[in-house]
Amino acid sequence: MQDSLKSSSYQQLEQKSKYTNMFLRWFLYFILILFASYFIFPLYVMVVTSLKTMEEIRQGTLLSWPSGLNIESWAVAWGGRGYGAGDTFLRPYFWNSIKMVVPAVFFSTFIGAMTGYVLTKWRFKGDQWVFLFLLFGCFIPFQAILLPMARTLGVLGISNSVIGLVLVHTVYGIPFTTLFFRNYYISVPTELVKAARIDGAGFFKIFFKILLPISAPIIVVTVIWQFTQIWNDFLFGSTFSFGEAAPIQVALNNMVLSSTSVKEYNVDMASAIIAGIPTLIVYVLAGKYFIRGLTSGAVKG
Amino acid sequence: MKTLKIEELSKNFGSTEVLKKINLDIDEGNFLVLLGPSGCGKSTLLNIIAGLETINEGDVFIDDYNVSKVEPKDRNIAMVFQSYALYPSMNVKENMIFGLKQAKTSKEKIQEQLEKVSKFLQVDQLLERKPSQLSGGQRQRVAIGRALVREPRIFLFDEPLSNLDAKLRVEMRREIKKLHQQLKTTVVYVTHDQTEAMSLGTNIAIMNHGVIQQNDTPEMIYNKPSNTFVADFIGSPSMNLIKGILKENSGDLLFTVSGSNLEIPIKDYDFKDKSYLNNKEVFFGIRPEHIFFKKFNESDFEINLRADLSEYIGHEQIMTFDYANQEVLAKFPSTIKIDLGKETKLYFDLTQASLFDAQTEERI
Repeated sequence: MQDSLKSSSYQQLEQKSKYTNMFLRWFLYFILILFASYFIFPLYVMVVTSLKTMEEIRQGTLLSWPSGLNIESWAVAWGGRGYGAGDTFLRPYFWNSIKMVVPAVFFSTFIGAMTGYVLTKWRFKGDQWVFLFLLFGCFIPFQAILLPMARTLGVLGISNSVIGLVLVHTVYGIPFTTLFFRNYYISVPTELVKAARIDGAGFFKIFFKILLPISAPIIVVTVIWQFTQIWNDFLFGSTFSFGEAAPIQVALNNMVLSSTSVKEYNVDMASAIIAGIPTLIVYVLAGKYFIRGLTSGAVKG
Repeated sequence: MKTLKIEELSKNFGSTEVLKKINLDIDEGNFLVLLGPSGCGKSTLLNIIAGLETINEGDVFIDDYNVSKVEPKDRNIAMVFQSYALYPSMNVKENMIFGLKQAKTSKEKIQEQLEKVSKFLQVDQLLERKPSQLSGGQRQRVAIGRALVREPRIFLFDEPLSNLDAKLRVEMRREIKKLHQQLKTTVVYVTHDQTEAMSLGTNIAIMNHGVIQQNDTPEMIYNKPSNTFVADFIGSPSMNLIKGILKENSGDLLFTVSGSNLEIPIKDYDFKDKSYLNNKEVFFGIRPEHIFFKKFNESDFEINLRADLSEYIGHEQIMTFDYANQEVLAKFPSTIKIDLGKETKLYFDLTQASLFDAQTEERI
């Protein structure tokens, strides 16, 4: 008697918790969709605006659908209208940015990996101070180093050049990349290094043969971080370069702000998207490796 | 010629002294275990032998050659680590031959060594696998294999079984013992596990606070501990140390606790120094397994103690008795029934007893 009473009340409870769960789940989805739309909305506006003609933009609303795939504004943003003076378009500056980003990301990541390796696996007296001062670099605001950096670039004779920007971004990136690699390598057992030393491997061999091959996850993190930082940088670009040597963000700014005649919103939007695409690609490509735990179970039991 | 000899070795990290004037040597083919609680300096000592740590004072000799300033790879040693330290990005084969490749060994020789060792350790089926695809025991075996292919003069083991589960640990322990029996290579083995030390070592050096407390055969360590630290560290439960004084009574020596009528005669004890024994404050040491519930030997000494506590652990029970307000533990078969709170007749095997100076804590 009592048993059946119990079981029926359990059933009620079970039913009740089922409904509660269902409600909470739908509520969760609702919130998530709300936030997702909030973030996707600007992108939507940019994409549709870039596909409209100026006529449509003037007559329609912000949200209205374009009449067709009008990609002329994209062509203008990328390659210009074809007349001489005063025609600013993104193509040359895009390549400037690539020429700046690739070496800067490579060198800052590589140097960061090296420093992280030394700071964790070849400890020396006072290494924690070196690390502390490197960390300081993460907290120094960009603006504070503009003048000394400009002077340095002048002395080196590489101001207003892509090489100059590569140097600036590499140097400014090292504190961050070092932090990443140091925190990663500290979890790699030092016994690996000891074993390799007994096996006769030296400083560089251990780095290239033992540590770098297991660093894929942190390399991806660092590359994403550095690429985004350097690609999106405006301050260094606008301070240390002008005219032909400028990176894409500076060119985008010039293009949007300096047009004297009518504001061409469709071209502006297309340019902004073009300037943003590479970071997006890096996220999509590297994100896959991001979650792969390449060292999982390799060193521990 | 000693295979390994350590002379007056000292090491400090900053202001902390980790090793203090260590002297140690091993004969060819011996199995030396460095045993001690964590932080006693045993791993540091092993790293120094390997050449992975620098020395502040003293020297390390391998085959009478001073290797104190020689690189690890040139010391003719191989090391097996607690975390196995297999290179995660290389497969088993690459892991095992990495050292030989660094040493520019000929391809034929490498292949020959690899085949010999991988067959011997039964890892020849695993050569193409990555360390992450191996079980704990297999990883351990590969780690040993990586050490074996180098054909070193001395094997160094740094707590190699600590990462394995209890069952596998016992298995691998037997395998290491067999390995040593077959190869007869000199071994230095670091552990904090006394069972491992006892079962593997031909010699055990017990360390505490950077000093070697006793370096002896397992039998001597167990039966004749040289101080209270060793007596307490070895054995489970550890040796009973009863504090009292020695009294001379018409030529016979008695151990007694002040304020108690319990007396134990000390006869045929092998004193290091027979003088000044009267009124000396001492610890009387007897292992729980040398206290019996009935008379086994003619010389067993009968004493009445109150039983306070019984801990049942299956095949045996550990009883706690009261000896003039000091706890005395004894190990009995679990089939024996002893009433708690009552005086019980016990028999001490006095041939197995130890005496320590209460001040210096050294064996007397």
